[in-house]
Amino acid sequence: MVLSVIALISALGVVLSKNPVTSVLCLIVTFFTIAGHYIMMNAQFLAVVHIIVYAGAIMVLFLYVLMLMNLNAELEPQKRNWLKYAGAISGGALLVVLVAALRDASMPALSTQPTEVGLIKNLGQILFKQYVLPFEVSSILFLSAMVGAVVIGKKD
Amino acid sequence: MTLLSIDWFFIIEKVLLISGVLVLSLVVAMYSTWGERKIAAWIQDRLGPNRAGPMGLLQPLADGGKLFFKEEIIPNTSNRFLFILGPSIAMLVACMTSAVIPWGDTLTIAGREISLQVADVNIGILFIFGVVSMGVYGIMLGGWASNNKYSLLASVRAASQIISYELPMGLALIALLMMTGSLSLKDIVEQQRHGLWNVVYQPLGFFIFLVCAFAECNRAPFDLPEAENELNGGYHLEYSSMKLGFFLFAEYINMFISSALMATMYFGGYAFPYMDKLGVDGNILTLLGFLALFIKTLGFIFFFMWVRWTVPRFRYDQLMRLGWKIMIPLALVNMLITGALVLARQH
Repeated sequence: MVLSVIALISALGVVLSKNPVTSVLCLIVTFFTIAGHYIMMNAQFLAVVHIIVYAGAIMVLFLYVLMLMNLNAELEPQKRNWLKYAGAISGGALLVVLVAALRDASMPALSTQPTEVGLIKNLGQILFKQYVLPFEVSSILFLSAMVGAVVIGKKD
Repeated sequence: MTLLSIDWFFIIEKVLLISGVLVLSLVVAMYSTWGERKIAAWIQDRLGPNRAGPMGLLQPLADGGKLFFKEEIIPNTSNRFLFILGPSIAMLVACMTSAVIPWGDTLTIAGREISLQVADVNIGILFIFGVVSMGVYGIMLGGWASNNKYSLLASVRAASQIISYELPMGLALIALLMMTGSLSLKDIVEQQRHGLWNVVYQPLGFFIFLVCAFAECNRAPFDLPEAENELNGGYHLEYSSMKLGFFLFAEYINMFISSALMATMYFGGYAFPYMDKLGVDGNILTLLGFLALFIKTLGFIFFFMWVRWTVPRFRYDQLMRLGWKIMIPLALVNMLITGALVLARQH
């Protein structure tokens, strides 16, 4: 409960804060609260990997880029008014669609009992037996992304 | 004693243990500053600190007192909140890792088995990895919030250096995990207690981990984020008083913790040869084991200092080349060999 409140507040902070660095920091806090949720669902492995990958690596790179860009609230170009209205309308439309789609969706009752799936041993068994094909396919996807990045980096 | 269906002894025991471990890391870090200067002096044929107390033993106290009473300066152009957050994160993260290290076997006091490990989580190593990856934020935020070009350069350097060296470190750990088959540090130590130390099976992995630990702690020869002769002290350039002290202190705590980790993962932790044949009482054996771990850790700390005063600092492109073109391929090869051997042993 407390965790969810912090998660929501920090998520709002990401969107609302003027300073991009504050935004990123709020996002990191959000990631931590999500990891906290994972731990409460007994998925420790997922929680730690979440922190290592998102908070530990990706957000560091985000912060890195932001620091070098030297963004300021004053320097940010003012957007035109019609752009703001267009954004608000399209956002609202998306909300309507989402609400319409989810209205009839049945919420399967989440079991509050902690499951054992999230523990690393069981997770490994499931990944390499039941879901081995999707697992391998996604790893090929990562590999292709890596090769692509190297190719782009080598161009000059 | 159970009250409100909470086992109060458990809580008291954990609180005592946590404070004990914290005090231990702080005291060791404090005396590491003294040790560092003594060792530097010894290597350079000088005397080192010898004014405060016998053999200069009160020097850390004098330094701490000085730092506390100095004027605190927060630059006008800095981001105040982040400026204070930087050293706080550095210190917090440095202290967090010690939670999963098994400092010893169990003590039996009044019929209760007390494990000398704050939390035996089944993802111990990953926890450490996660906390270490948080460590860079202290330096990055501190450097950026100072609003100084040198500090900014230092924090950029720190970020890319730490991310680059996390990869080979993780790969070296994966090889270790494939061998031990457990992520819990306690299990890893227990395995080494009954067999050979992991360093025998994983010499290359240990070497990679050692080099990466130097880089992660920002210790020489990889102390580029604070290179004093090109960046004026780098990320802590604008810091004064105890906030500077926290940054420096966090480095020493990191050094202590990573030494303890290396001792735990590769050098048997609290296990020492013939410990099961001594025939002494359980509690004494546990204390001896703790002593063994402590001595191993101090040995690694000495090694850290020895290297700092012997090897010159890398250039930044050399550092990156070493990380990406040498350490990562080496770690991958190590992982492959380990995997093949593990597979061969199973069949």
